[in-house]
Amino acid sequence: MLVGSRKALYQIDLNKIMFKLFIKFCVKDLQIKSVMFSVILCLFYSTSIFAASANTIIQTAENDVANIASLQRGARNFVNYCMACHSIKYVRFNKLQEALELTEDQVKNNLMFAADKIDENITNAMSINDAEKWFGQAPPDLSLISRSRGTDWVYTFLKSFYRDDRSSSGVNNLMLPNTSMPHVLWELQGLQNAKFASTIRDEKIINNFANPDEFQKFEFEYSGTLTPSEYDQFVVDIVNFLDWAGTPERLERQSLGIWVILFLFVFLMFAYLLKIEIWKDLD
Amino acid sequence: MKISETNNFPKTRGSRLMDWIDERFPLSKMLREHATEYYAGKNFNIWYVFGVLAMLVLIIQIVTGIFLTMSYKPSAEDAFSSVEYIMRDVEWGWLIRYIHSTGASAFFIVVYLHMFRAMLYGSYKNPRELLWLIGMLIYVALMAEGFFGYLLPWGQMSYWGAQVIISLFGALPIVGDPLVEWIRGDYNISDITLNRFFALHVIALPLALVMLVVMHILALHETGSNNPDGIEIKKTKGPDGIPLDGIAFHPYYTSKDLVAIIVFLILFFSVVFFAPEMGGYFLEHANFEPANTLKTPEHIAPVWYFTPFYAILRAVPSKLGGVLLLGSAIFVLFFLPWLDRCKVKSIRYRGWDYKIPLTVFATSFIVLGYLGLKPAIGIYTFMAQIFTAFYYGFFIYLAVYTGKDKGVTLRTGVAFSLVLLIIGLLFSDTLTLGFEELEAPSEIAIYACAWLFSLIYSGFFMFLCFYAGREPEGPVPDRLK
Repeated sequence: MLVGSRKALYQIDLNKIMFKLFIKFCVKDLQIKSVMFSVILCLFYSTSIFAASANTIIQTAENDVANIASLQRGARNFVNYCMACHSIKYVRFNKLQEALELTEDQVKNNLMFAADKIDENITNAMSINDAEKWFGQAPPDLSLISRSRGTDWVYTFLKSFYRDDRSSSGVNNLMLPNTSMPHVLWELQGLQNAKFASTIRDEKIINNFANPDEFQKFEFEYSGTLTPSEYDQFVVDIVNFLDWAGTPERLERQSLGIWVILFLFVFLMFAYLLKIEIWKDLD
Repeated sequence: MKISETNNFPKTRGSRLMDWIDERFPLSKMLREHATEYYAGKNFNIWYVFGVLAMLVLIIQIVTGIFLTMSYKPSAEDAFSSVEYIMRDVEWGWLIRYIHSTGASAFFIVVYLHMFRAMLYGSYKNPRELLWLIGMLIYVALMAEGFFGYLLPWGQMSYWGAQVIISLFGALPIVGDPLVEWIRGDYNISDITLNRFFALHVIALPLALVMLVVMHILALHETGSNNPDGIEIKKTKGPDGIPLDGIAFHPYYTSKDLVAIIVFLILFFSVVFFAPEMGGYFLEHANFEPANTLKTPEHIAPVWYFTPFYAILRAVPSKLGGVLLLGSAIFVLFFLPWLDRCKVKSIRYRGWDYKIPLTVFATSFIVLGYLGLKPAIGIYTFMAQIFTAFYYGFFIYLAVYTGKDKGVTLRTGVAFSLVLLIIGLLFSDTLTLGFEELEAPSEIAIYACAWLFSLIYSGFFMFLCFYAGREPEGPVPDRLK
């Protein structure tokens, strides 16, 4: 399910619309604002042609932070597979308990291995020195990964490990070439081989292991304990959990926002009537 | 004359309190001078709300800033964590922080529109030159405030953005490097830099801003507001000394501004509650990674409100040239009242010979802003060069064309040297600007484009010198419509 082709379709439609707008504004109505508008449109249009070679391998994670069951599964997956190396140190267990609608005992028995108190931050047990010795660099904290890299990136990353015997961990990743992270989920997903368009091994490509721009498709060497769609769901749940961890306030923010905006609209109505009333005596 | 003396009602408690205050502080007098008896043209349009909105945003920023300061820790060790602490553990911390971060962008949006209003209706012209200068100082102070504030979250983009901007001072000859060290207080951006930026952000610049805003309003109320027709309403007064086309700021414009304020707040809070990152433009994605002195981000872009100037900086192949062009792009705005010597204020009574250049200017500013967000490679750099030339072209155009005297030779000389300087700075080294990936024919085409553009650009201004002072002035009516 590559998005590349879909993106190209959008591109064509957008170009058509922009072209029509350009003609409409320039020919029909020679007004100053429209000239300015069309010049800018025209420019964005022309630069979009030059910048068309964006990374098209990224896939969309269709996760939903309002889905509590998915968040719970995601938390379980994260604790079982990620937390040995990665922390989410800005999240506290009690915040997680509240948002995921769990009881304190459930959290303590299933999610808290290294921590004692429910209000502790979610850290990992690995020391930074050990981590640097084993992986070359400490695995990053993932509290904000959904905001810095984006959920789509994390989703695609977890699905883009492929076999590469030149790497010390035996795998490489399309999204983060030469990553020091091993494929922790290989038992679940199985192992993929990546097909690249060019087989020329020039110096540049060897240094980068493989050039993501040349990527064509993945082929399974052997499959894992999960089917591809089950694995997808597994990854979506993790991404969903990380999405929540990045912006835990989001649901509250959005539901409060609706009331604030509604209030402002009511206020606007009264303010407008007041203005009309006051300006009446100018006539 | 006090109201209580003109009627026979017994004095209420409130009016007695007011009298008590007025004997000790000129409260009623100030309210009259600045609100109930401050007369402004009756024809203000939507462009005239951005001044009030800028004040509103300033207040929002100060109030939210105070609350953020209560939980923020200005140290390299704790800054990033303390921001996350505010976002997650402090009661309503996320709301306060998002209001503050959205407010920064909103401030620049309303200020840019406010400035453009002045250019549309000639609000910087006699007698409001000083008002414009104070306004420009506010703008510069605001840019400094935004820059210092952006370092405080101590994210990757905070750190590397500041690194890039501070290093610009290093381009100055002789004083450059010591100056950079003096600004940072260290050999690198560090805890010390963060602390001093915090001090500047929370006290020095807000104080300067508030004082400048007060001066701006006092200067405005001295000359009176301009209006979309650019007609001085004070010239036609009624027998009572009140301008015939003026209406009192309170209650007429206060009630109208209230509507504008609420519309603004609806837009503002839509961003705060539903898109606080604004797609990475208000809060950059890379800034959710803590500052890492060893890892330079792939692509360093400042926040959107600096990008027009950033694009100008990068358009020039030499660093010193870029810094000079960037600095003068802001500096030249100070001189606008003296560059545009056309007596007619409003665009409504000026011809295409002002409308087109102004359009070119506004378009270039927006396009440069867009280009500043893009990596400085190939076509982007080339376009940044073209639009930098257009940006400056507006000012050269005003300088050359709106003059009344007949000194064609002098004007030609000045225009010629200015244009040559800009072209020289911009295109001196076109081929090294990241076009390596292009094939040889395209390279030649780009090179040819650059020289053709330079030729047309300089030719236009040479030609213009002989048509100077021919802008039709008027007819401008005496009264507002």
